[in-house]
Amino acid sequence: MDISVDLLINAIVAGLLLGGFYAAVTVGISISFGMLDIVNVAHPAFIILGSYIAYFINVNFGLDPIVASIIALPAFYALGALVYQVYYLSFEKRGQESLRGLAFFFGLMFVTEVSLILVFGVDYRYVKAAYIGPSIHIGLIDMPLRMLVPCLAALALFGVLELFVSRTFLGRAVMGVSQDQLALQLMAADPIRIKRIAFGISIATASIAGALLIIIQPIEPSVGREYIGRVFAICVLGGLGSMPGTLIAAMLLGVVESLTSTFYGPSWAPAVAFGVLLLTLAFRPAGLLGR
Amino acid sequence: MGVVKFSTVTIGVGLLVLAFAHWLKLDYFYFAGYTILQFIVLATAWNILGGYCGYVNFGSAAFFALGAYSSVFMYKFYPLPVPVLVVIGAVVSGIVGFGMGYLTLRLRGAFFAIATLALAVVLQTLVVNWDYVGGSRGAYIVSPDTVDIAGFQINYIEYLFGLMLALALIALATARTIERSQLGFGFGSIRDDEIAAEASGVPTLRLKLIATTLSGAFMGMAGAPFPYYIGYLQPSSAFGLEYTVNSIAMPMIGGTTGWVGPLVGSILLGSLQQIATVTISSAVNLLIVGLLLVAFVIIAPNGLVGLAQEYLRPRRQR
Amino acid sequence: MTPLLHVDNISKRFYGFVALDGIDLEVHPGERLGLIGPNGSGKSTLVNCICGTLQNEDGTVYFDGKSLDGLAAHQRTRRGLARSFQLPRPFHSMTLADNLRIPLLYTVHARMGPLRSVGDLDAHCLELLDMFGLAKKAKQLPRHLTQVEMRKLELARAMAAEPKLLIADESMAGLSHSEIDDILALLMRLNERGISIILIEHIMSAVMKFSQRLAVLVSGKKVADGKPEDVVRDPEVVRAYLGQ
Repeated sequence: MDISVDLLINAIVAGLLLGGFYAAVTVGISISFGMLDIVNVAHPAFIILGSYIAYFINVNFGLDPIVASIIALPAFYALGALVYQVYYLSFEKRGQESLRGLAFFFGLMFVTEVSLILVFGVDYRYVKAAYIGPSIHIGLIDMPLRMLVPCLAALALFGVLELFVSRTFLGRAVMGVSQDQLALQLMAADPIRIKRIAFGISIATASIAGALLIIIQPIEPSVGREYIGRVFAICVLGGLGSMPGTLIAAMLLGVVESLTSTFYGPSWAPAVAFGVLLLTLAFRPAGLLGR
Repeated sequence: MGVVKFSTVTIGVGLLVLAFAHWLKLDYFYFAGYTILQFIVLATAWNILGGYCGYVNFGSAAFFALGAYSSVFMYKFYPLPVPVLVVIGAVVSGIVGFGMGYLTLRLRGAFFAIATLALAVVLQTLVVNWDYVGGSRGAYIVSPDTVDIAGFQINYIEYLFGLMLALALIALATARTIERSQLGFGFGSIRDDEIAAEASGVPTLRLKLIATTLSGAFMGMAGAPFPYYIGYLQPSSAFGLEYTVNSIAMPMIGGTTGWVGPLVGSILLGSLQQIATVTISSAVNLLIVGLLLVAFVIIAPNGLVGLAQEYLRPRRQR
Repeated sequence: MTPLLHVDNISKRFYGFVALDGIDLEVHPGERLGLIGPNGSGKSTLVNCICGTLQNEDGTVYFDGKSLDGLAAHQRTRRGLARSFQLPRPFHSMTLADNLRIPLLYTVHARMGPLRSVGDLDAHCLELLDMFGLAKKAKQLPRHLTQVEMRKLELARAMAAEPKLLIADESMAGLSHSEIDDILALLMRLNERGISIILIEHIMSAVMKFSQRLAVLVSGKKVADGKPEDVVRDPEVVRAYLGQ
């Protein structure tokens, strides 16, 4: 097959940009699943919720979607804290997590998606911003700004979280709670409160990820479901609880998807993530950098 | 009561329902009834893996659609009578269930659940890209007006209704038999504590594979007649959200520990949805199901059957 | 006499952390072996590797002369190797009788051939519960048991598999003196029936009373193995417990 170098390089670059965005989408699950061991399948639905809120603010107030998502951050944090509190009281405390916990999050995902259908309908929605449309050219490489900006924003988000986890007491407590709850209690930190904060942060990231999503592509309520496979594939491939691992895995998946899309057609993209997930689970369930 | 007695009662009930339906002469009853019977099969199938073993399947729609699309494929390739298609649907979905299980069941239950969620999306992508079965344009299935059974001319919808009724009864009987058998105990031990079960001599992987295969097979059986029922099959309807959410909500609301829960849940929720779809809208209807699921999971973890058992238990044992 | 259990140089690592480092251990038929060691020394990891819950990287476990390599935990149980769990793990939705029915169905009765009658099975469950003093609570759920009763249920469930070797993992932690004596007497009775027992414990008085031989694990290595009176005077053992 005669592969043009031009096409190949652009596919890889597009994949890396996409991967950066995927990392932002996944970081929330890295926290809730990787560190807190909570299988929040509703996360992609919350991301779509974030997209719609960014859309709403953008269309009605003319604000940039990323700015809109930052405004919405406190609300998403509160939502996360509330969801965790209900989860904790109903399931974690009683020790009945598995079946019912999963059903709970599935129910949340479902209710969120259907509510969005009722409020916004199933037509595709998109936002308007200065960087949607133009591209920059560097040699052979063509980078659409609508991909570059979200990627940079995603990396910034990642950087902020990494700093939070390594430099602040609260951040280190969050890492600690995933490894040794007893030690944390001995340090007079309330593990439940720490977990609630962590989960709140996890959902807050969905607000930002949602804004980035709607910059990259138009959305409608069921788009979230495509991301479930991707998000968990990245999490598992990167190794649960490892933030650097998540970033690397996200880039890897982005590149593989982009190459598949360019050479075999875009409709196969969702299948790639699933294939990656299955292969990882079958051969190296601890992931690339897992503990 | 023993297997023989239960089977006799079941067949008796089945014949009564058929006779009643025939006497009503209402086409709507057949259509609505078919849908509810379909849910009974799906809910019972889901519960074998979910309620008995504790492994959640989020991709019931995938297995259902596999059965439906196997029928579409056969229709284009070499038409066969619907009961044979049901068997084919069972085999196809059973094999996929087994495969999924084999790849993911050696890990945590959560990974199996996530994999099933992703499976639905991927299968839908595959079907949409497969023109032989219609792709995104859909496929038309032409079915006759009547069917010849033992010399009688039966209306096609009545025929399908009877078929689905038989499937529902078989599913219920299977679930009940499993529940009371050694297999049922094994499943329960896996649900309660898989590591302790393994240490007690229970071959957990083998039992889990049996559960996923059976569960998948029954879902495929429920899907096989669907193209003939609906006449025009699109991927979005075969992979519809309502199959996934209902196959989880009905057992969880009805009660997951026995065969009665899914039956109660399907009849109640199914009827509720038939009424809601006609009076309100189908999206609001699904929203209500979702909210009920969340509410029941939080408040009444043992479902309606659990609530009934609590209420009926003599005071001094509480 | 060939040992019943022969642990041959097994090692287990968790991503760079060495949990077990070349452990050799033998248990003879009918023997009572005590296994002690500070917290984190690898006792539970050793049990998990022997029983198949975890896979060891190097070395082999031999039981009854045959290698257990590649066998899943349930297969090892069927061969006669049973264990109780440090933190009791009962089947919480089933009655006590049903808790014992599971191992009976899947080991003993499986060995004896196709379906025994329900009556046989019920009688067997009750007999076993009676031996452990739990017969009165046969129809109750595990959540209604006291601490010591839970521990007994753990042991009863392990015994239901009719093992040749039983590993009792810290069954006495947190119990009162009389309760400890209760469990000890039970284990002695089981041993009198010919069952080899590995007792893993922190309670030294119980270990000394019970063991014919004592092995000590420190930081994943076996540092002593011999007569209990000799082992407790071994300077390396004393140092491990009292610190450097």
